[in-house]
Amino acid sequence: MSPISLSPLDLSIAAALVAFDAILSVVLRLQLHRQVLIAAARMVVQLVAVGFILRLVFAMHHPAATLVVVLVMSAIAAREIAARPEQKFKGMTGLALSASGVAIATVVTVGLALLTAIRPHPWYDARYAVALVGIILGAVLNSGSLTLDSMLGGVARLRPGIEAQLALGASFHEATFPLLREAIRRSLLPIINQMSAAGVITLPGIMTGQILAGLDPVEAVKYQILLMFLLAGASGLTSFIIAFGALRRLTDERQRLRLDRLR
Amino acid sequence: MSDPTPAREPGGRHPRLALHELKNPLAGPFDLELAPGEAAAISGPSGSGKSLFLRMVADLDPNTGDVALDGAARQDISPTDWRRRAPYVAAESGWWRDRVAEHFAPDRLAAARELGARVGLAAELFDGPVLRLSTGEKQRLAIIRALVLDPPVLLLDEPTAPLDPDSTRQVEAILKGRLKDGLSLIVVTHDQHQARRLGARHYRMRDRKMSPA
Repeated sequence: MSPISLSPLDLSIAAALVAFDAILSVVLRLQLHRQVLIAAARMVVQLVAVGFILRLVFAMHHPAATLVVVLVMSAIAAREIAARPEQKFKGMTGLALSASGVAIATVVTVGLALLTAIRPHPWYDARYAVALVGIILGAVLNSGSLTLDSMLGGVARLRPGIEAQLALGASFHEATFPLLREAIRRSLLPIINQMSAAGVITLPGIMTGQILAGLDPVEAVKYQILLMFLLAGASGLTSFIIAFGALRRLTDERQRLRLDRLR
Repeated sequence: MSDPTPAREPGGRHPRLALHELKNPLAGPFDLELAPGEAAAISGPSGSGKSLFLRMVADLDPNTGDVALDGAARQDISPTDWRRRAPYVAAESGWWRDRVAEHFAPDRLAAARELGARVGLAAELFDGPVLRLSTGEKQRLAIIRALVLDPPVLLLDEPTAPLDPDSTRQVEAILKGRLKDGLSLIVVTHDQHQARRLGARHYRMRDRKMSPA
């Protein structure tokens, strides 16, 4: 079974639905029509560009090409994670933290999938590697930014309690453990929701895409299950790395709370 | 700054607490020595560096200089041990659990209730939530939290500022008892007479420097 190809006309008809949103905004004076149209146009341009770039990269069959694409995507994800929290580290700390979280979580989970479950030939085949990295980065971005935001927002909010404990001789680890727990807990909620809702409330995007592209539903489901496991692992791993890294930067060799390292 | 009034124990042994050239880019340098049972009271305008000074002694803010407890250098003592021996009670108390009793080690709770009774805190307060405490109750409990550690040194930042005169006297009575038992105390206070009532040496902080008053 081959996928049904979409013509530009098919897409234009669907685009009329976006026009409906814009008209709604004008009529209700939501002041959103510009934003809706710009976002739609941006989405089209970005995706078309990515489509052509991926076609090029897939055709090159070269590990370096795959690596470049993966690195660019990861760098953008790391930047987004570091930019998200309201409270930020001074200097490059936030970026370094999120970059290490993104790198480790992505390499471990994508590597695991490529070397054990999917096993394409060659293993760096861009068709698989880039697609997997793209999906994993979505989860990593979510859990990483939630973690960093709860850590840095929480430490400022909980400062009196944390310092009171330190001042009475508690270790930094003891005093900040609830903060760490809360940050990691929060970051895992989206993936838990996603897994519980999968197939019942929502049909996950990947699965839907594969079914639309002509794949047998049960085969599509198997892929989706694998991906969910990868996403769950990547979320936890990112959160763990970023939370512990942030804690380390928030203290020093004398177990002080170093809020002066925040902006 | 030279050492204002060196206080050595008879026999030339080490003082309980010795600070030498204690400073950071924001405040100091500070020099101070306290013998066991001795108290120092520091007053001065807001923002003059009083809290900063106590936080540096407690090692809660980065600082340089020499600090020693009974002759043992602070850098040779783990930070947790150091702060357990020289706990700092901030002007505004911090809490980290829902219920009051959870802020005390279980084996110190009985001692805490006993001290509480002496400063007018009902025993039921310990079993209630922190949210229901008044500022004055919180303050007394925060001081008790440090006292039940039986520390050799205690650092108090405006301990009686939110207290009425009766509670203030009760807290001072406990502190005087501890001083008699050998506690060394540094207290920041706005109360002109507190230094005298505690029999403390009086220092004035101005522009992040300290001098005898």
